[in-house]
Amino acid sequence: MKNFKEKLSGRVFLTLALFSILALAVITIFILVQGAPVIGKHGFAFIAGTSWSPGNGEFGILPMIIGSVAVTLGAAVIGVPIGICCAVFMAEFAPSLMRTIFRPAIQLLAGIPSVVYGFWGLLFVVPFISNHLGGLGLSILAGSVILSLMMLPTIISISEVSIIVLPSTYKDGALALGMTHWQTIRSVQLPAAKSGIVAAVILGLGRAVGETMAVIMVLGNATAIPSSVLEPVRTLTTNIGIEMGYAEGEHRQALFATGIILFVIIMILNISAQYITRNKSKSLKIK
Amino acid sequence: MGKNISFFKGFVSLALTCASVITATSCSSGGNIENGGTKSHVVVAGSTSVQPYMEVLAEEYVKFYPDSAVDVQGGGSSAGISAVGSGIADIGMSSRSLSESEVELYQFTTIAKDGLALIVHPENPVDNLTLEQIRDIYTGEITDWSQVSDQFEGDIFPITREEGSGTRSFFEEFVMDGQRITSKAIVQSTNGTIRTLVSGNARGNKQAIGFISLGVLELPGQNPVKGLQIGGVAPTTENLANGSYELFRPFLVVVGEEREESTHFIDFILSDTGQGLLEARGLVRIDGG
Repeated sequence: MKNFKEKLSGRVFLTLALFSILALAVITIFILVQGAPVIGKHGFAFIAGTSWSPGNGEFGILPMIIGSVAVTLGAAVIGVPIGICCAVFMAEFAPSLMRTIFRPAIQLLAGIPSVVYGFWGLLFVVPFISNHLGGLGLSILAGSVILSLMMLPTIISISEVSIIVLPSTYKDGALALGMTHWQTIRSVQLPAAKSGIVAAVILGLGRAVGETMAVIMVLGNATAIPSSVLEPVRTLTTNIGIEMGYAEGEHRQALFATGIILFVIIMILNISAQYITRNKSKSLKIK
Repeated sequence: MGKNISFFKGFVSLALTCASVITATSCSSGGNIENGGTKSHVVVAGSTSVQPYMEVLAEEYVKFYPDSAVDVQGGGSSAGISAVGSGIADIGMSSRSLSESEVELYQFTTIAKDGLALIVHPENPVDNLTLEQIRDIYTGEITDWSQVSDQFEGDIFPITREEGSGTRSFFEEFVMDGQRITSKAIVQSTNGTIRTLVSGNARGNKQAIGFISLGVLELPGQNPVKGLQIGGVAPTTENLANGSYELFRPFLVVVGEEREESTHFIDFILSDTGQGLLEARGLVRIDGG
């Protein structure tokens, strides 16, 4: 009887676990079936075409690829230094009381719904840019600012952990050799935690690339290839988000095809993050 | 994989069956008490431009005829019309004229006329543009306000609706005249966000131009926007009714097979009460009334 229960519980868990895999499979296949014909028909022109005009049968998503890359890189330029510095502070400098306040606060930052970030951006960041830097304010810069905030929790928490888990002998040895605290952080701890931090950044970038709701409100969604960070832009995600309402036929398929490209990009980011962290655990074992 | 999908389908249909059994039971028991289970139910779906007006009509209709229920959904003109074709909806709403193939399949009734207003910030000194100037602004040929006004200068930020939107295709048809809207134009997916961007208080907002439905030109409690005159004719319901304002489109309802409940609701929309409701919300009545 006991044996039966054990077996049964194993099966139940297996079934439930399969369900999540099944969900992934169903969605993936649906996107592929819907989107592949458009990519097949337009081929390279789908990815390299500069004109997106579904009404005229033109489906070039190069402006959106450039848009996604530009907004995400912008977010990284703002968010990565802040995130890493914050992680170093939490791991090395913060008194434990401050840490107990900071940690949940940063977790909370991850819990704010993206639509709230977007709304705040529209009412605060966009007018600020318009008033001080010119333009309408709906711009790459506005999107990057919002996304940099949204990727902070990922970067901070993973980087902090990868610094904390370093063997204490690293730090003790460096200090014993007469290095200052800052020298220890810079030349011993950060290099040793490098792979974890890089993985944190990549996961943060993945978060930024996939974000839709927050950026749809602040990017302006123009389909032209931007020439400055103050110009409006459309990302792969917002291309789907803004046009799915009325899309029919080939237009709708093209939006699913946009999803395929997005899927591939995020998969590459996630796989490289996993690859980097795996190498890290190997190298630690050798040491 | 095929097995998995059919398993999934089976699961969904099972869930749906359960849900429909539950609703059917509750509906019929409620209906029996009131009117012998013949509560009429009309599903209306389609254009999001027509939807807010239809919701008002539905609300009033139910007050007049408490035995009926009207369910209003969005989805867009094309989706609404095909929903009528597949029997999901009884009445489709459309903010564009029907295509030739659609005219053969469905019957349509014009319920009102809606104007399209070009809007700028109230502090923008420009009051009047010609259709050609508007077209040149949206093709990207005119890029600075000084090219259309001697009192104002600075970049023009044209704002348009997204591909597929009925309002956008109307604008493309009647203003753009076959030319393309510049890819540099800001794209927003609702009347409301365009209105917000044009009426905002930042420096850039004063240089923006957009187009919205005439019905939402003046909204109490919201920042005002200025409706531009086109060739000297102001975007008002009077000018729309007397035909001098050129930019208007019909709002249609579309039905497939004749159904008593649908006809009754459409008759209500066309009645003086229904038309009055539409007029009070900025549309132009179709009966001239």
